[in-house]
Amino acid sequence: MQGIELEGVSKTYGADDSVVHALRDVSLTIAAGELVAIMGASGSGKSTLLTIAGSLEEPSSGKVTIHGSDVSAMSKNQRARLRRRSIGYVFQDLNLLAGLTAAENVALPLELDGLGLKQARRTAIAALERMGMAERADRFPDQLSGGERQRVAIARAVVGQRDVLLADEPTGALDSVNGEAVMRILRSACQDGVAGVVVTHDAQLASWAHRVIFLRDGRVVDQTVPSAGVDSLLSSDGRP
Amino acid sequence: MSVRHALLALLTEGPKIGLRLREEFEQQTGDVWPLNVGQVYTTLQRLERDGLIETNGDDVGQMKDFRITDEGRLEVDTWLHTPPSVIPPRDELVIKVLVALGVPGVDVPAVLQSHRRRLVELMQAYTALKEEAVNDMRVALVVDAELFRLDALIRWLDSADARVRASANAPRNDTSTEASVVTRRTIRVVT
Repeated sequence: MQGIELEGVSKTYGADDSVVHALRDVSLTIAAGELVAIMGASGSGKSTLLTIAGSLEEPSSGKVTIHGSDVSAMSKNQRARLRRRSIGYVFQDLNLLAGLTAAENVALPLELDGLGLKQARRTAIAALERMGMAERADRFPDQLSGGERQRVAIARAVVGQRDVLLADEPTGALDSVNGEAVMRILRSACQDGVAGVVVTHDAQLASWAHRVIFLRDGRVVDQTVPSAGVDSLLSSDGRP
Repeated sequence: MSVRHALLALLTEGPKIGLRLREEFEQQTGDVWPLNVGQVYTTLQRLERDGLIETNGDDVGQMKDFRITDEGRLEVDTWLHTPPSVIPPRDELVIKVLVALGVPGVDVPAVLQSHRRRLVELMQAYTALKEEAVNDMRVALVVDAELFRLDALIRWLDSADARVRASANAPRNDTSTEASVVTRRTIRVVT
């Protein structure tokens, strides 16, 4: 299938008495075109789930499939190629390289994947343009505001033909209006056929997702059902 | 939501009939708070009784034009600058969770989660409303108000969850008496 599939995924750290069960028998599917939010308290396994879904870490048991390919059956090189080509990451600390301009930061994964310098730059500029950042393309990260840096990080995550978008608290310390702008971009990227996962403890951000999954002690304990639509808000019993 | 003051404020733009007031109220609140005709006319009658609006004696029925008086304008200005009541209403959610704590055999974290899920579902529906109205500031303002309110409830549920978990893991000791006194005091405030 297109998208991400986790089957019976468990992850433990340590051994014997000091063993920590970060994930316990997690099975879930995120379809292409769907944005899913993972919510849970600190230590519930949210970030571990994201790194395993993004093949940055291997599960202790279980199977991860990305766009029909079994990740655990891949060699290290194949996994690295998958990460470069198919998966975009947005982390809270952004990881933008300070010595590169916005355009160079966005072009970097394309160049690493063998694309020519000029074409990589053209594609990067186009991605920045979609984020309303074309005019800032030649600025360095420290010449950009927090919201602008966030948009560069997202442009880098979605540039090229990515199939999967993974974000860990992607709005960081942004104010609510800038945070909303970031979530609009992520949702719009997913509607173009990308499978997206956002990890957050913030219900307002999570509410931008098509589906919200709740983790507790490493297990999926609940999930929202697709909204009954806006009409449900207008009836008196639709109100809390 | 003060329908009375919102209708009065709409009349500061000029005389209007009841049906138009209803339509404008719903538009300005992003169609999130529907209003029935009866509610509009009852409110207008009370505003007229209080001297805040007036009508021509000749007009009848639904085509009657309502005009704001000077006293009405003063009332709108005072209302806009007056902070809402700070006394919190009794919160049904808080009461349910407190009751759940005392009912034997109830899985309190499961109770908290069922409320959390429903609130997040409501937030998703509100956010979808905001997404559809990208450039409508009024809708965004109304929806944001609901989202922040729901978010606060979810934060409270998260905090309650952490407290319930800490309490379940904590060994019983001499502070339990002190804790129950604090709980009783809290319950009195809430109810």
